[in-house]
Amino acid sequence: MERSFEKYFRQNRLPHLWCPGCGNGIVMKAIVQAIEKKGLDQDKTVIVSGIGCSSRASGYMDFDTLHTAHGRAIPFATGIKLANPELNVIVITGDGDCTAIGGNHFIHGCRRNVDLTVVLFNNSIYGMTGGQASPMTPTHKKATTAPYGAIDRNFDACRLAEAAGATYVARSTAFHVQHLTDMIAGGIDNKGFSFVEAICQCPTSFGRKNKMADPAKMMMWMRDNAVMKAAWDKLPDDKKTEEKFPIGLFYNESETDYATAYNEVIQIAGGADK
Amino acid sequence: MSKARLMQGNEACVEGALAAGVRFFGGYPITPSTEVAEGMAKLLPTVGGKFVQMEDEIASMGVVLGASLAGKKAVTASSGPGISLKQELIGYAAAAEIPVVIVNVQRVGPSTGQPTAPSQGDVMQARWGTHGDHPMIALSPWSVREAFDTAVMAVNYSERFRTPVILLMDEIVGHLREKVELPEASAIEIYPRRKPSCTRAEGYEPFTPDKDLVPNTANFGEGYHIHVTGLIHDDTGFPIGSPKITREVTKRLHDKIEIARDEITHVEEYFMDDAEYAVIAFGGTARTAYEAVANARKKGVKVGMVRLITIWPFADKAVKKIAEKVKGILVAELNYGQLVGEVERVVAGKCPVELCAKYDMTIFEPAEIEAGIDELVAGGKA
Repeated sequence: MERSFEKYFRQNRLPHLWCPGCGNGIVMKAIVQAIEKKGLDQDKTVIVSGIGCSSRASGYMDFDTLHTAHGRAIPFATGIKLANPELNVIVITGDGDCTAIGGNHFIHGCRRNVDLTVVLFNNSIYGMTGGQASPMTPTHKKATTAPYGAIDRNFDACRLAEAAGATYVARSTAFHVQHLTDMIAGGIDNKGFSFVEAICQCPTSFGRKNKMADPAKMMMWMRDNAVMKAAWDKLPDDKKTEEKFPIGLFYNESETDYATAYNEVIQIAGGADK
Repeated sequence: MSKARLMQGNEACVEGALAAGVRFFGGYPITPSTEVAEGMAKLLPTVGGKFVQMEDEIASMGVVLGASLAGKKAVTASSGPGISLKQELIGYAAAAEIPVVIVNVQRVGPSTGQPTAPSQGDVMQARWGTHGDHPMIALSPWSVREAFDTAVMAVNYSERFRTPVILLMDEIVGHLREKVELPEASAIEIYPRRKPSCTRAEGYEPFTPDKDLVPNTANFGEGYHIHVTGLIHDDTGFPIGSPKITREVTKRLHDKIEIARDEITHVEEYFMDDAEYAVIAFGGTARTAYEAVANARKKGVKVGMVRLITIWPFADKAVKKIAEKVKGILVAELNYGQLVGEVERVVAGKCPVELCAKYDMTIFEPAEIEAGIDELVAGGKA
């Protein structure tokens, strides 16, 4: 069995701290397989994460890695990319990290179109703190801070990213591993702000509260409810039930990335040879 | 042709940072520090550097830390509420040992306060603003030229100690315009980014302290595959839940500044040779205090002035020496009384310490400090 992806992990930092049945490891592996597929230089690739379960992934990955503060991965990543544009910068974040405390940074990262690939591990819950509702916990689902079911309306992070100006927007799941890898690889290809939502299972904190404590069943839920975008677009509205959701590439438009645009500023200012 | 230029303190701060090798700035508009961002936006691209206006103060702090980790000397600037918002990531810089300079052009607080008015109310915030135990370096200029010099110094200290440094300006100096002559580039000493002392194969660890207790952390992209986190970490950079490491790291962070304390604690004395009384002041207030002391001298009062350029670490030695020599100390500061507590701690009853405080959004008049000197000489407030 081909295990060439192992060189991208810090073997001495494993095993990971995630719970049995957690989907984070699947998404983490999809990221390194996308990196391998795209042939990124391991010495010139930086993984930046926020705070939360998913953001612990950076410590297991054998690159220059940065575990930032809660919600702040995108500003740090922006500084890295602008300071040294030859680096490939991949951001790992979670649904709470990216769309709650980091929400402002997320939309402005999209708007600025800095060449980053942001992978949001969406497990619909704050896992590390023990299962509180996030802005991506579906309405009516239960959490320790929504014991009677969430009344908040949840974000669709992909639509949010597209509206805010991201130039590559895609979604996949931990069940669709190959597809997820392809979606991330496409994000790496896009020279601009790429956003990939990776739906993954948290049996411990989300599943148990919502009658889905079996990780295999959570993945079967992904299999049964994810609809490829082409099929989704043809689906009649009455078939688009609350549980169903589209996956695939939603948006990809080539626009000048921030570092390239800033190089023009440097040209105008006369600092190009400095 | 004279090289003299008419320049604002905030502008001089920009010139100083660039002269010290700063090539990255992230910021957000806020009075009275905005001219620092504007100056950076104009000048950084002329030297191949980059300026980015971020969505908020927190992002401004995050983006400069990212840039610093990728190898660029980086600065951010703000005032009042903006500095409050930056506190969490100032702590991150202290914990992860990332060189960075934060310019704080102080205004009246708390909260929105008096946005355009001067204050020196962030003395204690500069030291204790973020959570947890960590050391801090803060420098406070009193003139436009010194805004340049302390900006250079702040950048150099941030690199040398791999720590956040606060350039604690105030609105008085930030918006003051003076004729200045800036030094030639060749006359400016620059502390370069520290370099890894060995290769990965030779067992390099990014947070192993050098002899001066400061680590030689690699920049991202140099092939070292380092891990940086705000969690307490050992020399490898990885988090570890160990009481021993937690204690050792916390102590080393303090010690790396403490062992260099004498060298980085800058104090200037005026009329102190035969002084029987001393006024302690800093920043914009020291300008007024100087005039007050000079006026008192004309009246025959043997008073001198001690000006703190380095606010943190506090000038324990210098203040202690003065306390042993004079009959009384007056601390003049544009706040409700902050630095005075440090002076009292160090003086420890050796002589009376009086406070000359002002917190009404206006700067001191020399007469106000002269009145404070008179009271001190007369044996304290009634």
